[in-house]
Amino acid sequence: MQPTAQAVGEFRKSSKAPKGRKTENGDCTSLLNCFTADRKNMPLDTLTFVIVSVIKSGITLFILLTAVAYTVWLERKVVGHMQNRWGPTRVGPFGLLQPAADGIKFLFKEDLTPPHVYKPLFIAAPMMAVIFALTSISVIPIGNSFWIGDHPIPLQITDVNIGLLLILGVTSMGVYGVALAGWSSNNKYSLLGGLRASAQMVSYEISLGLSLVGVLIMAGSFSLREIVDSQAGHFWGFIPRWNIFHGQIIGFFCYLMAAYAETNRIPFDLPEAETELVAGYHTEYSAMKFAMFFMAEYANMITVACLATLLFFGGWHGPIFGPRALQVLLPVFWFIAKVFLFLFIYIWVRGTLPRFRYDQLMAFGWKFLLPLSLVNLMATAIAVAW
Amino acid sequence: MVPLSYYLVLSGILFSCGMVGFLIKRNIITIFMSIELMLNGVNLSFVAFAAHWHSLAGQVFVFFVMVVAAAEAAVGLAIIIAVYRTRETLNIDQVNLLKL
Amino acid sequence: MSLHLILFLAFGAVCVAGAINLLAQTHPINSALSLIVVMAALAGEYLLLGAEFVAAVQVIVYAGAIMVLFVFTIMLLNAGEEERTKGSRVAVLLGVPGMLLGSVLVAWVVLKHSGTGSVAIGALLGDPKTIGQLLFHDFLLPFEITSVLILIAIMGAVVLASKPQAVQKRRAH
Repeated sequence: MQPTAQAVGEFRKSSKAPKGRKTENGDCTSLLNCFTADRKNMPLDTLTFVIVSVIKSGITLFILLTAVAYTVWLERKVVGHMQNRWGPTRVGPFGLLQPAADGIKFLFKEDLTPPHVYKPLFIAAPMMAVIFALTSISVIPIGNSFWIGDHPIPLQITDVNIGLLLILGVTSMGVYGVALAGWSSNNKYSLLGGLRASAQMVSYEISLGLSLVGVLIMAGSFSLREIVDSQAGHFWGFIPRWNIFHGQIIGFFCYLMAAYAETNRIPFDLPEAETELVAGYHTEYSAMKFAMFFMAEYANMITVACLATLLFFGGWHGPIFGPRALQVLLPVFWFIAKVFLFLFIYIWVRGTLPRFRYDQLMAFGWKFLLPLSLVNLMATAIAVAW
Repeated sequence: MVPLSYYLVLSGILFSCGMVGFLIKRNIITIFMSIELMLNGVNLSFVAFAAHWHSLAGQVFVFFVMVVAAAEAAVGLAIIIAVYRTRETLNIDQVNLLKL
Repeated sequence: MSLHLILFLAFGAVCVAGAINLLAQTHPINSALSLIVVMAALAGEYLLLGAEFVAAVQVIVYAGAIMVLFVFTIMLLNAGEEERTKGSRVAVLLGVPGMLLGSVLVAWVVLKHSGTGSVAIGALLGDPKTIGQLLFHDFLLPFEITSVLILIAIMGAVVLASKPQAVQKRRAH
């Protein structure tokens, strides 16, 4: 349950309330929350808590889906420019309405179900993929909590003790969407894609988890908010105390490589390699079911970028200046800017690197990445114990 | 407040489901899954007793059970693959000869 | 009826339904999926008991790793529908009533002879820090032994699953 700071009293309320109002300018999350809590004007009891949570979930879902759509646009645009093309230009200025056009196209296309598929799983698989991809965003904080009266409202759907473990668990469940899609399609390319995907994701999950343990040792908590709080401040006054400057640079690169493999992106996109497997596990999918896989992939990319920001790049910490309203909005801005940077690197890597061979992929994961992340873990543990 | 006995009954039901699955199923992989179900039932009673006696040792024991389950699954599935390679069947009734 | 009891009954119903579905389905992949549902619902029960770390590990290790291994094997061997044999029919006739009888007996004994002990929500918090201290301090020796066990299991799996020479030779003929 949400802590209710009743004892703090009236003067706190009067001093903090304007801060909450000021965020109304640009931040729609705070605007709607202000509205609910001000109208009730009482401590966050169970009902209010549920209402606030539902509103937060709705807004997060909306923002996430919009971000997914525009990440697709960004990818097409950036890869286009890298390959000396224009990318989408026709729909709207700079092709900005292209995601909407794509969405309408996916909705109205014929939804084919090939005759020999195993129907229940064929329908369930894309739903599983998208549900697990969207669930993992729920524990990610995007900024400090702000105050409405006496109540701190964190900019996050829920802050659980085991936030990072929850993300890891949900991500590990995401394998089923891909594996079952490949199996239920009853198609040899799809089956190969599904087999490759499950083997690859299980192998790289270990390195992914181990590369995060270094950060966990330094922060001493699984809660993402506490991990970010442990990175506040500066070294010698100007270098931020982010984990990446705090000895976790090897851990960061292990995380980045393992995360690329987890999200099936180039250079590890063997499960859906177009040139050898047609399209891997989603060969037989069309229309909205295909769009679900697409959404799941990009939502996973965004989660990975958010996690990299939170764990290694100090989350929403950054230079804060200017008037009060700007001070409230800047942390959220820094967070989004860092996430955007990681998404750009994703696309950049896609435009640059070729695909691995399957044996190279497995050898890289087990013989290079796993030992490297173990060494990083041991070095961090020794350094912290010192 | 939920009585401890409810948790124990649930874990007993899960365990007996697993046991019956072990006996009536003919596919080796499903038999293995029944064993996992039994282990899960046992884990539930460990955690319930841990909460009842206010001792975390029960929860720690669950980790050891999970480790054993993971080791068992790895070795067991490898054995299944080896059996399938020589016999080309997963039906346990047809795997009744000791020689290749 | 408190919220705690309602949640317990809901998760428990999902557990039992999944376990029965595991027995009823003939295709191994359906059984595997219902087992995953059972494990996820059990994670919910662990959360009700305050064992949040155990719940997270249950999802990560059991549902996310061990069951993926099962699904992978089913896909790899292309396991089909289960064949019904004479032995299995006898087992069904004897086993299912046996299970019902056993469950009812266990339930009766436990409900009758247990004290009034009950478990409050979050009565004992198994947070990662406490569990870790227990695991690496009081249970250090068992922990180290399990790591050896895992190592042996890895080597055993590699040896067993790699193709033996005899089979390769027989295939060649």
